[in-house]
Amino acid sequence: MTDCRRDSSGRKSALRTMRHLIIVVVPALVFSSVALGRTKQPQQAPVVKDRKSGAFKGQKAAPAAVPRHDLSGTWEPANGPSEGIQIDGVKAMPNDGKPEHQLPYTPYGLQAYKSHHALAGADENLPGFNNDPRDKCEPLGFPRMTFYNLRETQMLQNEYKIVMLYEYGTVWRVIWTDGRELPKLVDGGVLIGKEVKEPRYYGYSVGKWVNDTTLIVQTTGMMGEDRVWLDTAGRPISDQVHVEERIHRADHDHLEWTVTIDDPKMYTKPWVAMDKFRMKLEDPHRDVMEQYCSLTEMENYNKVFASPASVPTGQKSGR
Amino acid sequence: MRSKVMAILVLAVGGVTLSVPLFAHHGTAAFETEKKVTLKGTVTEWLWSNPHCLLQLDVKGDDGKVVHWVGETQNPVSMTNVGWSKAAIKSGDEVTVTILQVKNGMPLGRLVSVLLPNGKTLISGEGASREVRDELERQVREGTSK
Repeated sequence: MTDCRRDSSGRKSALRTMRHLIIVVVPALVFSSVALGRTKQPQQAPVVKDRKSGAFKGQKAAPAAVPRHDLSGTWEPANGPSEGIQIDGVKAMPNDGKPEHQLPYTPYGLQAYKSHHALAGADENLPGFNNDPRDKCEPLGFPRMTFYNLRETQMLQNEYKIVMLYEYGTVWRVIWTDGRELPKLVDGGVLIGKEVKEPRYYGYSVGKWVNDTTLIVQTTGMMGEDRVWLDTAGRPISDQVHVEERIHRADHDHLEWTVTIDDPKMYTKPWVAMDKFRMKLEDPHRDVMEQYCSLTEMENYNKVFASPASVPTGQKSGR
Repeated sequence: MRSKVMAILVLAVGGVTLSVPLFAHHGTAAFETEKKVTLKGTVTEWLWSNPHCLLQLDVKGDDGKVVHWVGETQNPVSMTNVGWSKAAIKSGDEVTVTILQVKNGMPLGRLVSVLLPNGKTLISGEGASREVRDELERQVREGTSK
């Protein structure tokens, strides 16, 4: 009996202990499983002052790791919006009359340059006397798109391609990163498989990662010199051009963008048009404005301002 | 911060003319002079357009004769960067503007600043150094110029 009573009292005691265990351990397990589950989810961002670094006000943030094979984000010229306008021509070789910025023109290239009456650069013309296709709102084409009003540029990417959304003209380019070969230049366009495809304003681009943070982009198959210019200073480019871009993510918040022009029709040797041009990462919430060319607005501008401003001193404008 | 804004205003509207090619559409040397004129007038149109925004105003001279002036700025994106907007100026506003007049002497030029009826001054950054303009843009981006 005693044993039996002891047993009974021991069983009660064991049941009490188990009840306590259930009360304490089960919720703990539940919470821990929730916690474990949460570790698989993206971390909830704390309430912070600095959206990019995640640092609280006054706290010095540790530099963020440089992501591998990733250019996604909204980028703008690191030294301010003025830096990307490149009004006097490509950033590394502006058309400013300095001997070190003279381009290696072929005779044909020099002739093409002289036929362009640019609004900017060493040989700039009055607004009423220019023949820049831009002022007819023609597509700028590539690479001029990168050399004119390079402002806030959004880059989106997946495993197949990187898409660049330029602010000026609301224009995009596709850079294929799926391993395809660069199309071969042939008469009348480019050869893709066995098919000849037409030239494009923004060409055909393929990109290859040469290390964790550097993408090399090759582009060919662009429009001819009768349709596009290289830059706002009137430098020419032809349908024989091959453009190489080296886009290096120098750190989490900066890109360095180098562009080399190889156009045997216009230039005797390849030359660098943008040299490690720095872009900085913007707040991902930033809404990029549109900047466009409207022929209606352009004609009004010419009528109201550019034409009378171009009248030689002493003559009447007819305004 | 207020003193910084004042410094920008003084540099932009005052004597500094370290002008650099900031315009996104055309160069500077062909038709710009460093001749700054200050005009009081009535806005007839503020056109928020590309490739340049245009402010048109009627200015009455001492002789009572009205001269129609046109001032251009940069494009809407660039002007937004320095704190201007489509709604900032209205037809009928009495304003005081500073303009870099064109070489041929026509009543045209680049707007340096506009003093609005509410006492606020809009600064374009033209006629000032690149550093001044960049500082202005930085302040607008950070919302500290208001």
